[in-house]
Amino acid sequence: MKSPLLSVRDLTVRFMGERMVQALSGVNLELAPGETLGLLGESGSGKSVTLRTLLRLNPPKRTQVQGQLLVDGQDVLALQGDALARYRGGVVSMVFQEPGLAFDPVFTIGRQMTEMIRAHERVDQATARSRALQMLERVQIPQARKRMDAYPHELSGGMRQRAMIALALCCRPKLLLADEPTTALDATVQIQILLLLRELQRELGMAVIFVTHDIGAAVEISDRLAIMYAGRIVEQGAVADVISRPLHPYTQGLMASTVVTGMRGKPLAAIPGAPPDLTQLPTGCAFAPRCQGASDQCRQQVPAMGEARGHPVACWHPLV
Amino acid sequence: MTSIVSSAVPMPDAVLAPQVASAGYWRSVLQRLHRDPVAMACAAILLLLVLAALLAPWITPADPFKASMLKRLLPVGSSGHWLGTDELGRDLLSRLIYGGRLSLTMGIVPVVLAFVIGTSIGVLAGFLGGKINMVVMRTLDVFYAFPSVLLAVAISGAMGPGMSNSLLALTIVFVPQIARVAESVTTQVAKLDYIDAARMSGAGTLAIIRVQVLGNVLGPVFVYATGLISVCMILASGLSFLGLGVRPPEAEWGLMLNTLRSAIFNNPLVAALPGVMIFITSICFNLLADGIRSAMDLRR
Amino acid sequence: MPPYERLLIPMPPVTQLVRSPDRGGPVQPLLSVRNLVKHFPVRDGFLARTKRAVHAVDDVSFDVAKGETLGIVGESGCGKSTTARLIARLMLPDSGGLLFDGDGVDEFGGMSLQEYRRNLQMVFQDSFASLNPRMTMEDTISFGPREHGVGRQQARTRARALLDRVGLRPAQFAQRYPHELSGGQRQRVNIARALALEPRLLILDEAVAALDKSVQAQVLNLLQELKTEQGLTYIFISHDLHVVQYLCDRVMVMYLGQVVEVGPVAQIYSAARHPYTRALLSAVPSMDPARRTSKPPLSGDPPNPINPPSGCRFRDRCPHAEAVCASAAPLLHGQGNAAHLAACHMTMAGSGHSAAPALEIHV
Repeated sequence: MKSPLLSVRDLTVRFMGERMVQALSGVNLELAPGETLGLLGESGSGKSVTLRTLLRLNPPKRTQVQGQLLVDGQDVLALQGDALARYRGGVVSMVFQEPGLAFDPVFTIGRQMTEMIRAHERVDQATARSRALQMLERVQIPQARKRMDAYPHELSGGMRQRAMIALALCCRPKLLLADEPTTALDATVQIQILLLLRELQRELGMAVIFVTHDIGAAVEISDRLAIMYAGRIVEQGAVADVISRPLHPYTQGLMASTVVTGMRGKPLAAIPGAPPDLTQLPTGCAFAPRCQGASDQCRQQVPAMGEARGHPVACWHPLV
Repeated sequence: MTSIVSSAVPMPDAVLAPQVASAGYWRSVLQRLHRDPVAMACAAILLLLVLAALLAPWITPADPFKASMLKRLLPVGSSGHWLGTDELGRDLLSRLIYGGRLSLTMGIVPVVLAFVIGTSIGVLAGFLGGKINMVVMRTLDVFYAFPSVLLAVAISGAMGPGMSNSLLALTIVFVPQIARVAESVTTQVAKLDYIDAARMSGAGTLAIIRVQVLGNVLGPVFVYATGLISVCMILASGLSFLGLGVRPPEAEWGLMLNTLRSAIFNNPLVAALPGVMIFITSICFNLLADGIRSAMDLRR
Repeated sequence: MPPYERLLIPMPPVTQLVRSPDRGGPVQPLLSVRNLVKHFPVRDGFLARTKRAVHAVDDVSFDVAKGETLGIVGESGCGKSTTARLIARLMLPDSGGLLFDGDGVDEFGGMSLQEYRRNLQMVFQDSFASLNPRMTMEDTISFGPREHGVGRQQARTRARALLDRVGLRPAQFAQRYPHELSGGQRQRVNIARALALEPRLLILDEAVAALDKSVQAQVLNLLQELKTEQGLTYIFISHDLHVVQYLCDRVMVMYLGQVVEVGPVAQIYSAARHPYTRALLSAVPSMDPARRTSKPPLSGDPPNPINPPSGCRFRDRCPHAEAVCASAAPLLHGQGNAAHLAACHMTMAGSGHSAAPALEIHV
């Protein structure tokens, strides 16, 4: 990929405390400008930690980060102070799962947006306000002018999420991180937000990393898909490839256990067991204890990411 | 729509599956308390004071009631009277030790009584809710509206001096405060799903309170009550200072502060000593309560 | 966790807790809900001119047949959770009644509340809040039976057998506390607790919504096994249409406190008659990257159940709304098919809607 927007090499994140939590172990990722990557995984897979690390939102004293993280040529892990503040929101921005929690409840939406714009660019209040209004109209909030002066709790869930997307985009970041933005929304609202994100992404030409545990949402919006398990990426590739021909046993198990039309009457092919304890990761492949085809090599050596039949997969015995 | 993923600080499920079952909750609280140096130091000091109070007849060097006009207001470090003597020549060390008996009793007993009564009222009002809650809590609010000192003095004054009267007065002062905390915690607990699940089991109200609610409520109320002990001691000393409560020639720290007041210019150190005892005891109870509260915090 | 080995100890017979016998046979519905209404007053202030109310549940009636799984779907504000709580008698309705296997419940004569509680149990969405943080799993499960008179040792044995049945090894899990279990494990304990009293009907209120997909599959399998094994009837409340299609025999769709459609699952999913149901079904994200959704089926957010609109409540968002929809509220009816009912003017002959079929007049 020529000059990727995002380049993650060997990212390892540990949380220190009573016990050490190995949240990420050697994550490698690349993202081209304007591309949407879906990050799929379950609890403890490390997908949210990856996003927070991209914005350096982890608690500094307790977190140990190793590896290389380059966004738009900048070394993110070395950023400090003003440079870090300009990076957050200006280059990379984030949309959170709970829109109610991401907004400050005592300030109006408009005030929070103008504050963000003026923090990043030298514009006066009036220009910032009109930019904010434009953004609110872009995200299809009805009666945007009235909503500018509304408090977060006065908006419904779907509107708050739109407002949060507007807030994240008002400084035209190059990369948008979306951490399960539609999980807490109703189905009819969820599809609206997904389509909105797709539209905005095309219009503004920005790259998006969309974290979710819902395969359907990931398929709707992503160009590429990366599956995470226990802090590692186990498979990635074009979304059509990964969905139709999953190579990693975990991906295959995930597809098989996701309920879709036509499964009625048969027991679901559930993956036995539970995700591993991140404080006591097994040696070798983290999925081996739950895998039908696990061999001794799997239990002793962590599989390296290799190309097998088209897209990268980290497995000693990928399903072909 | 309620959030599908609960809590704003998500803890990956994967981390919460240890292979070893831990010890019971209270045992783990005690373990954490053991590792807290401040709390342990305070507990040690309090233990020492309580032991001294219990063993008073055997460990006091002199008779606390033996007065001697020749030996008035001897300074600290005098031979035979390590902490000096008071304005009637009585040995201060012995009086402090004996005073500890009464002061500690007057500090702890009302809080214990108020804990039992207040928790019962508060839990019932909090769980039953509605009109009962309103009637009970607003009645208690009437008492709560008065400053504790004023209320203690008023009730004590109305009933007359004497230790048992002031114990009763202090209990009445603290019941509304404890009931309030108990009611507030119970109201929060009663809203949770597991109480609904308990109701769905067909259990009666009292059974639910006894088995499901109390275990969750007693902890915070206990911590609050422990913090009240120091307040109670100070109030009791205040009552004795004012002439209600313990009467001379009994030794009680507050009373001693009162009678030694006139000696401040002659021998300030001796006059301050009972105050120092009150101070030490209050601080230790407060710090211990803080330590227990941190130890009870599951999330640490 | 490797596939659990069942304990060789069979479920001990509980002399006092026996599943209530069937009365009325297979034709009689296990649960009959009639005209449930629940409004919550909104505190608008002392001098407000009109008193507003949240119309959480407005005249909801349905039956649950013995041995079936009834799915209830809908979005926020539709009233499905309130309905569940009304059925469970955790909340009293403003009006309306319940019949359990032909017997009125509580104030309607017949069955006492305690007896009703033994027949109907509920599993809640939040697995952590459903468990008392200060009680071990064993104590939590044996609480119900003990309150119904079962002896302590017997209740303990029963609790352990139930833990084993839901896939948690008693030796490992009986003495644990909720914060030491994962979400899936906690939900299994909730299911075990619900089964402790040998109920006939189980309400699952978004019971698998908060679980990871792989864990969800395990729990769904468990629920199906238990249902067949113990002859249970389920009411499954969910927002996940795929899971509802997988698990349920009949589906009921709710909107703003009312039932808008109810029918067998195959008919609902292939030939839905209410525009809201159709919109809901097409709002499910596509799993095929080649055929992505291009337009959202509905715009706007689900409305607030405070003072709902007149006539059909869906008319604000419905693409086919006409004047008659504002003036007359549609009633649930099946056009010739008594099993599949929908409340829409478009499907009712002679309603006045332009798309309605012609009224057949037989001379």
